Amino acid sequence: MHRFANPARFLRIAKPLTPALFWPGLVLMLGACAWGILATPTERLMGDTVKIIFVHVPSAWLGMGGWIGIAIASLVQLVWRHPLAGVAARAIAVPGATFAAICLATGSIWGRPTWGTWWVWDGRLTSMLVLFFLYLGYIALANASSEKGDTSRVAAVFGVIGAVNIPIINRSVIWWESQHQKASITLGGSSIDEAYLIPLFVSVAGFSLLFAALVLMRMRAALAEMRIEARMRRMAEA
Amino acid sequence: MKPKHQRLVLAIIAFVALIGAGFIAAAALREEASYFYTPTTLAKAQVAPGQAIRLGGMVQPGSIVRAADGVSISFTVQDRDAAQKVAYRGITPDLFVEGSGVVADGRMRPDGVFIADSLLAKHDENYVPKELADIDMTAAEHTKDTIAK
Repeated sequence: MHRFANPARFLRIAKPLTPALFWPGLVLMLGACAWGILATPTERLMGDTVKIIFVHVPSAWLGMGGWIGIAIASLVQLVWRHPLAGVAARAIAVPGATFAAICLATGSIWGRPTWGTWWVWDGRLTSMLVLFFLYLGYIALANASSEKGDTSRVAAVFGVIGAVNIPIINRSVIWWESQHQKASITLGGSSIDEAYLIPLFVSVAGFSLLFAALVLMRMRAALAEMRIEARMRRMAEA
Repeated sequence: MKPKHQRLVLAIIAFVALIGAGFIAAAALREEASYFYTPTTLAKAQVAPGQAIRLGGMVQPGSIVRAADGVSISFTVQDRDAAQKVAYRGITPDLFVEGSGVVADGRMRPDGVFIADSLLAKHDENYVPKELADIDMTAAEHTKDTIAK
């Protein structure tokens, strides 16, 4: 793992990898959304409203997957003191928060016509809102340090603790039977018809590649800023 | 033990403890959240009339009766083993059709009818294109079309 501890080596790999993830991701995402919106049949009860699924589900996955990434990176930072782990965790935070927010917004828009309400204090909705607030807290904590590149251990501890919420979101529809329907896609199979399932998988893949590209971009930007700061400090001392 | 291993063990212990705490808290909350009833659990539970509860289940096909005033309706919510009569006054959500899921906030009237203050339509985990829906959702689809007409 420490093979990539050298930022120069990491940057050599990350630089070509960024566009290699970004462009296929963008094409897949736009293609899947167009396919989903224009070429899937209307749903038996929801009609055309069902098509919001092609944004809602990938956003939910990235909102939760983002925090899993923060937790793993934070653990690596705390235990192995890997120099890039903290940078990675911070790079995930803002895109993760954005996708959690998109998930909440699209869910709300979807809920109005189908459920009859914009919002209910349901287990799934509430735990997802908590995830969004955790992201905001993490971002505030990570930015509290005066030095830009500093990867404080407080934020890492918060990142690991916050992971408790992830299994709660996942299990919420089973623990608290309420407004949000149960999981459609489980290890055992899917109760989503193939007409929606295939474009949905393409959409999830596209959004995920884009997310990875965004994280790499942000990591590179953070490393560049650290270098600038280090150089300025050296110049100030000289 | 190297410091690195010490930190790893500490982190694992802390993480396991936190997950445990989370599960215990969630289990406690689960008890708290039990104001949600299905017709079966409602039939077993001793719910005092007037106590605010939430009832969820399927709208029994053929049970929706709309009163002459246009805003009062009565219907039966059922699950596999039980059924519960519900009365409601107000505008129903678009997905409120016979055979579909519904969540109602309200209270029991002493005569055993559930008075709903609000109605939310519930969607199940199945996503089925309209043309394939005839197999099991004929009743709901038919009712929806009739209501639309």
